[in-house]
Amino acid sequence: MEVKKAAMAGTLESSDAQVTVEPGNGTIELSIESSVIHQFGKQIKATILETLGRLDVTSAKVKVVDKGALDCTLKARVECAVYRSNDITENLPWGGVIK
Amino acid sequence: MSHPNKKRLRRSMMFLNCQKPGLIKDPYIYKPDSIMLDLEDAVAENQKDAARYSLYHALQEIDYRGVERVVRINGLDTPHWKEDIRVCVAGGADTIRIAKTETAQDVHIVEEHVLAAEKEFGRPEGSTLLMAALESCKGVLNALEVCKSSDRLIGIALSGGDYTKDLQTVITGTGVELQGARQHMIIAARAAGVQCWDTVFTNLDAMDVFEEEVKMIKMMGFDGKSLVNPRQIDVVHKVFTPTQKEIIFAEKVVKEIDEKKALGIGVFTVDGKMIDIAFYDGAKRTIDLAKASGVYEGDL
Repeated sequence: MEVKKAAMAGTLESSDAQVTVEPGNGTIELSIESSVIHQFGKQIKATILETLGRLDVTSAKVKVVDKGALDCTLKARVECAVYRSNDITENLPWGGVIK
Repeated sequence: MSHPNKKRLRRSMMFLNCQKPGLIKDPYIYKPDSIMLDLEDAVAENQKDAARYSLYHALQEIDYRGVERVVRINGLDTPHWKEDIRVCVAGGADTIRIAKTETAQDVHIVEEHVLAAEKEFGRPEGSTLLMAALESCKGVLNALEVCKSSDRLIGIALSGGDYTKDLQTVITGTGVELQGARQHMIIAARAAGVQCWDTVFTNLDAMDVFEEEVKMIKMMGFDGKSLVNPRQIDVVHKVFTPTQKEIIFAEKVVKEIDEKKALGIGVFTVDGKMIDIAFYDGAKRTIDLAKASGVYEGDL
């Protein structure tokens, strides 16, 4: 899926993550800020990349500000930002690439 | 169809805002009977999409440890409800709470879309239960037809805020403005054989008034109450759980009625109270509630 325009999902509240996506230059440029980066940085990065992979996003600038989000929240915020960048809010593939 | 969970224990049904990951990640620690994951009023209009992704992953990945997972969807007068139903069914929600229900037709429309979603996402047909929130004078007056509208329907819930607006009054704290709706709804629910839940109580500084209200609605016959805060759960459970004294009396009534029936005796006394067959169902209900609440140690 193409990231067509800048879009954001999530908040800076505790247990949440704010994810911003922008059109990229042919690669994934990922930046992560997290208060638990030393403990969970690898896992956060893996979850974000895996979610982008499922959505077939191959070119995007992605910024994640993590506030202690669970994996399920990270996935939800990445998916929401990517679909928002395509203005898609209905007939979503629940259980397909969203899983 | 009779779904095994249609009549499960639902004393406490706690609302949680799907927009807030911090709220939906571990509410089972408070041990409510049901959680109501909200896609409707608690979620800002421009965050309806975001709430659905959070809901889907929460339903799929969080172990709510036996707590029933109800989802409140947006009303049929909004552009959101169809996608709400798809995500609820895909995620495997136990029950969908239909907001602003006014007629049996409203339930039929939701039921049709739930069935389509069950087919689309490979869920067993009939596995998603429904409950209806009555939030207007028309909805309350149509309570009986709503209660009888679907085999999936577990019951009806009063939504006092919107209802009192429609009635052109306000929540007074005395309950006087809700008397008619409460009485009408519980009678309709019992006539149709479904459950009935009272509206939320939002003043968290008045726990004593809250407890009095819970006692009152239990006496009226309600099955439980919609809640807005974990602090309210224990109060509801305490009021709705039979005391040991009530359990012992109910046991005696059930056993004595069974024994006396065999001897051809119709009326007799238990602990000085006149008892006949009319007391049987009530006593059985007390035992069932004690069992469901985990406080029964007898052999009935």
